[in-house]
Amino acid sequence: MSRISPLFEQLRAQNRTALIPYITAGDPTPGATVGLMHALVAGGADAIELGVPFSDPMADGPVIAAAHERALRHQVGLRHILDMVQEFRQTNEITPVILMGYQNPIEAMGIGEFAERAQKAGVDGVLTVDLPPEEAHGAAKIYAAANIDPIFLIAPTTPVNRIKIIAELASGFVYYVSLKGVTGAQNLDTQALSARLHDIRHECALPVGVGFGIRDARTAKAVGQVADAVIMGSALVQIIAELGAGDSATLQQKVQAFMADVRRALDSQ
Amino acid sequence: MNNSDPNSVSMPDARTFDFDQFPDEHGRFGEFGGKYVAETLMEPIAELQAAYARFRADPDFVREFETDLRDFVGRPSAMYFAARMSEAYGAQIWFKREDLNHTGAHKINNAIGQALLAKRLGKTRIIAETGAGQHGVATATIAARLGLECVIYMGAEDIERQQPNVFRMKLLGATVVPVESGTRTLKDALNEAMRDWVTNVDNTFYIIGTVAGPHPYPQMVRDFQSVIGTEARAQMLEKTGRLPDAVVACVGGGSNAIGIFHAFLNDEHVALYGAEAGGDGVETGRHAAPLSVGRPGVLHGMRTYLMEDDDGQIIGTHSVSAGLDYPGVGPEHSWLKDLGRVNYTGITDAEAMSAFHDVMRFEGIIPALESAHAVAYAKKLAPLYGKDKILLVNMSGRGDKDINTVAKLEGINL
Repeated sequence: MSRISPLFEQLRAQNRTALIPYITAGDPTPGATVGLMHALVAGGADAIELGVPFSDPMADGPVIAAAHERALRHQVGLRHILDMVQEFRQTNEITPVILMGYQNPIEAMGIGEFAERAQKAGVDGVLTVDLPPEEAHGAAKIYAAANIDPIFLIAPTTPVNRIKIIAELASGFVYYVSLKGVTGAQNLDTQALSARLHDIRHECALPVGVGFGIRDARTAKAVGQVADAVIMGSALVQIIAELGAGDSATLQQKVQAFMADVRRALDSQ
Repeated sequence: MNNSDPNSVSMPDARTFDFDQFPDEHGRFGEFGGKYVAETLMEPIAELQAAYARFRADPDFVREFETDLRDFVGRPSAMYFAARMSEAYGAQIWFKREDLNHTGAHKINNAIGQALLAKRLGKTRIIAETGAGQHGVATATIAARLGLECVIYMGAEDIERQQPNVFRMKLLGATVVPVESGTRTLKDALNEAMRDWVTNVDNTFYIIGTVAGPHPYPQMVRDFQSVIGTEARAQMLEKTGRLPDAVVACVGGGSNAIGIFHAFLNDEHVALYGAEAGGDGVETGRHAAPLSVGRPGVLHGMRTYLMEDDDGQIIGTHSVSAGLDYPGVGPEHSWLKDLGRVNYTGITDAEAMSAFHDVMRFEGIIPALESAHAVAYAKKLAPLYGKDKILLVNMSGRGDKDINTVAKLEGINL
């Protein structure tokens, strides 16, 4: 079993909502990533989504697409990212790490080899944006054998019969995309969200994380009232983009402070 | 095996299937194709698939499509015997004249098919990606005729090199959005169009310009383009009393090639050849020939041959022809390559330029630089086939759009 299900069990017992930040590995520099991961945890992150940069991030909005481009300027590949996770694990054995990205870099390594190396490095889950359940049967088996949870997206457009299909294949948690569009989009309607989560829970026993459109402590708190996990990406990546590759201590402080702010809001409900 | 040796051309050993039965219900051509898209698009794609299956069998829809092809595009396009080129090249060279279509290329066939589908589905907004601008112009054209809002995504670099087509699209009432991400070319325009579609899926229909993308696009675009081969096969029989010995087409995404090949796939004695963009030569790395030197991977919703680096990042492409400048290819081509049904070869910029001049001087036709790749491949094949053999070349588009590029390459200031 990966670290993900125990985390959600523990949080449920404490009646807390998981906070899962996303950063792109290698952004702003490959050397900054492990330090940022620790800063996220210090600020209150319960798990980390680590983006694997891809040359063609079709499902990502401009903020995260730009982060992918910054990382790729340093030639950051999947093998480097597994090294980063391994380094992170030297001092953190508990925080789940989920890799999020696209299928082609995984296939370039070979999915069997990737699963094996990811398990050794300490990866807990893999979310492949462009691998819907119809294409994921082989991958899901390989990941399960390596104790890695395949994480799947559920979208506003996903009908009930598809939620069932996803629930059969997924483990760890499911990721509800709170709006139509790409990462970093605006305008989250929390009332509609609440109704939608009710429907999802009817079909799927896994914890439900909600992402896309959660920009600050206020929206995080609102979503946290109905979701098992709040996933934040673009808002955080924007901070990294603004500070750039300069002083890494300042960057870590800013990121930690931002996390802490969201954490406080989530815990105050 | 020498790809260019006509004697080596044979059907797959165990040909127990009918090419018309593919893709299968999962949208696969063997291991290629499929639906590799984010969850948000899965249901819209399923709806599109169902709608397409319905309208494909609807006589009203088929009639409307065929009427537009006749009265708006000017089909059937001519079948032309290139007499002086045949003499010079050493085989009977025929052109399927898609260059005579309204808007100047085969692209309009597909744009009309999808736009009519969009209209029937009640979509009010059309989006498309474009590289050289031919698909963008075709889409803007049919959108104007049907009174639909039209947004075209185009790489910023392509906008710089294809100004006349950008202006055409604007005159037709389309909004042209420059794409600044990635390599600022066709693949990035496709990414951006996908992002638009996923955001505006309720009222928007995405008209993909080639036989690529998630299922059902490769099938749908093939079906709309297969009019090329259906006409060509009948015209060839009528004019010569037999089928061609070989059919040659250029392959970027591969829509004109699939369009002309499809009617011949089950004719096992007709050899099929695809000319990829060899750029500076496939050995130099500066090209757009994934079938020649790429490997299978996943991009833009499909499994297919791709140009990528060791980390699985898609790499930049190069071709003198913007329409072939794409790092992937339609999944049916990947399948046809692996089956050995079609031979694919990289044709260099220099070979294509030479063929471009040949077509102009021998035949008085300005070929698109894309189509010139097919002519260059035919030039190589002709001596291997000989004087009595018929090589049918798809003249997929006209080259008026390329005059500035050619002048620049030859150091001429217009």
